[in-house]
Amino acid sequence: MKTFTELKKNLKQDFSGFKTIKVAVLGDTSTQLLVQALRGMGYEYKLNLEIWEADFNQVELQVFDPGSALYSFDPHMVVLFQSSHRLLEKFNKMSSADHSGLAEHELNSIQNIYSTLSDTLNAKVIYYNYTEIDDSVFGNFANKTEFSFLFQLRKLNYELMLVAMKCTDLYICDISSLQNQVGKANFFQTSVYINTEMVLSIEILPKVAARTLDLISALQGQLKKCVILDLDNTIWGGIIGDDGFENIQVGTLGIGKAFSEFQYWVKKLKERGIIVAVCSKNTDSVAREPFKKHPDMVLRMEDISVFAANWENKADNIREIRDILNIGFDSMVFLDDNPFERNMVRENIPGIHVPELPEDPADYLEYLYTLNLFETTAFSNEDKERTRLYQVEAQRNTFQKKFTNEDDFLKTLNMSCLVQPFNKFNIPRIAQLSQRSNQFNLRTVRYTEGDIEFLSASENHFTFTFGLEDKFGDNGLICVIVLQKEDGGALFIDTWFMSCRVLKRGMEHFALNTIAEFGKNAGFKTLKGEYIPTAKNEMVKNHYQSLGFGQNENHWELDLGGYKKKHNHITRK
Amino acid sequence: MLKQINRIFTDTLDNEDIVITEATTASDVEEWDSLTHIQLVVAVEKHFKIRFTSREIQSWANVGEMLGCIQGKGV
Repeated sequence: MKTFTELKKNLKQDFSGFKTIKVAVLGDTSTQLLVQALRGMGYEYKLNLEIWEADFNQVELQVFDPGSALYSFDPHMVVLFQSSHRLLEKFNKMSSADHSGLAEHELNSIQNIYSTLSDTLNAKVIYYNYTEIDDSVFGNFANKTEFSFLFQLRKLNYELMLVAMKCTDLYICDISSLQNQVGKANFFQTSVYINTEMVLSIEILPKVAARTLDLISALQGQLKKCVILDLDNTIWGGIIGDDGFENIQVGTLGIGKAFSEFQYWVKKLKERGIIVAVCSKNTDSVAREPFKKHPDMVLRMEDISVFAANWENKADNIREIRDILNIGFDSMVFLDDNPFERNMVRENIPGIHVPELPEDPADYLEYLYTLNLFETTAFSNEDKERTRLYQVEAQRNTFQKKFTNEDDFLKTLNMSCLVQPFNKFNIPRIAQLSQRSNQFNLRTVRYTEGDIEFLSASENHFTFTFGLEDKFGDNGLICVIVLQKEDGGALFIDTWFMSCRVLKRGMEHFALNTIAEFGKNAGFKTLKGEYIPTAKNEMVKNHYQSLGFGQNENHWELDLGGYKKKHNHITRK
Repeated sequence: MLKQINRIFTDTLDNEDIVITEATTASDVEEWDSLTHIQLVVAVEKHFKIRFTSREIQSWANVGEMLGCIQGKGV
């Protein structure tokens, strides 16, 4: 999020293309910097906030005088910020016998302010709730006596929610929850308060402004309506195609708890009307299986409106999802653990929201909580029905494939590949990949570390490992090929497996170029390949065919003499 | 150090032309008012990883005194 200084620079930007909203800001502490932050943050939300700010501590003076500047400004929104510090000041000045009546007294006054505003203006009222101050006069006993400040403050926050339920144009902006997220020491800075009468730290201003803008823009109808989920390592731990249905981490297995809790969150979103879609690079039937059969899955097929699991690129799939749902990209949130996919989607789908999920899945939820992605201004029974309606719609539409120019995108990735034979440093990783690769694995020969050591020393075998790096980072060792010398000048591809993370990146072409060049230079005439079908490797059924190999009985052959290099954007390191 | 503080001033007040000396006071810089003063203070705190007391913030007559206060905190 931008800093306050950066938001101030926004004030010099051109707001002319944006919708103008007249906002009145009234507070009982200094609000000048908050006003700057609000206008500056408006630029980020593509809103031109025309702000009128009441003089310091003039809330009631402005509201109860029909001829006041507030009413001649005639705002669309009124932001009211009555602080906990002033509340505490009032409490301090009361006789102690009256302390138990503070919340009720304030609540009456707030309701008076609201009804006066709504009688006179056609405006929405945004009221900041009270951030907690514990004056520690009663200790823990504050929770057991109406005479404590903390009791009154919490009662006031609670009663405010009840009032807001009844008053259609009253919206609570929950800065108390914001303070809970960042901690009071970050929310409030004593020296700033003492010197300026401002109860917000400079650091928190952008977050308070964003929280307010979330509400304002939701009131303009700008809402997130759909969350699109990746599957592997996003909603469950592990890779379903490789690890298998029974080994994905959800429920009690491994760090499954993190994923279960994440799924409960998505389920709650769905129940409150957010459409849930799936966009995953997987074989459709494999990807659906956990939703249907896994005992620990929280999300089920009936929770998903559109299910897109295939090997096409995600930008195309998301366009397809949008066509089915008929909603704007700016109302979509895409959650994926893979930085490559996130960037691919971000660069190809303008407006879509793609949070930078933290690396540790245990952090997903806490991070997502802070983003306040799913602001809304209403909740009804129809919201609960939405998923079913869209499911019907999705069944009508079949997925038609439209290809983005992926080539252009791949060019921008600056991919480079490190090719090495087996050595003592990469043997553990090779063994691991060999045991785990199920989908992109032509013959599914499993090697132990001992086998691998044998192969690397063998004179009849040639070994290759490929490590791929791009501008977003290092993908590590992702592909392994073992060639075996045969009589008659042929090289047999004993093993070729690859991690599915790097599909559609031109890696197959680069790998073939590498081994073809090697074979040619070493005096071999042909490359021979074989596909042995298993329950999981259907995706490479046509692997050799699509690489230009010709069929010869039950194997595939490629003539090295006339080999032409396959097109790709990977350079060798 | 004066250079670093100058950088904080130009950045926070969004005016590249500001040149400060130890003798500079708030009245010498157009954008430097009571409101931006606290932003400068917080930016300086963040930059040098220090905290000023509320009294210190009110006490400086010019940039030089602020500088002295920063140095007094072991920077």
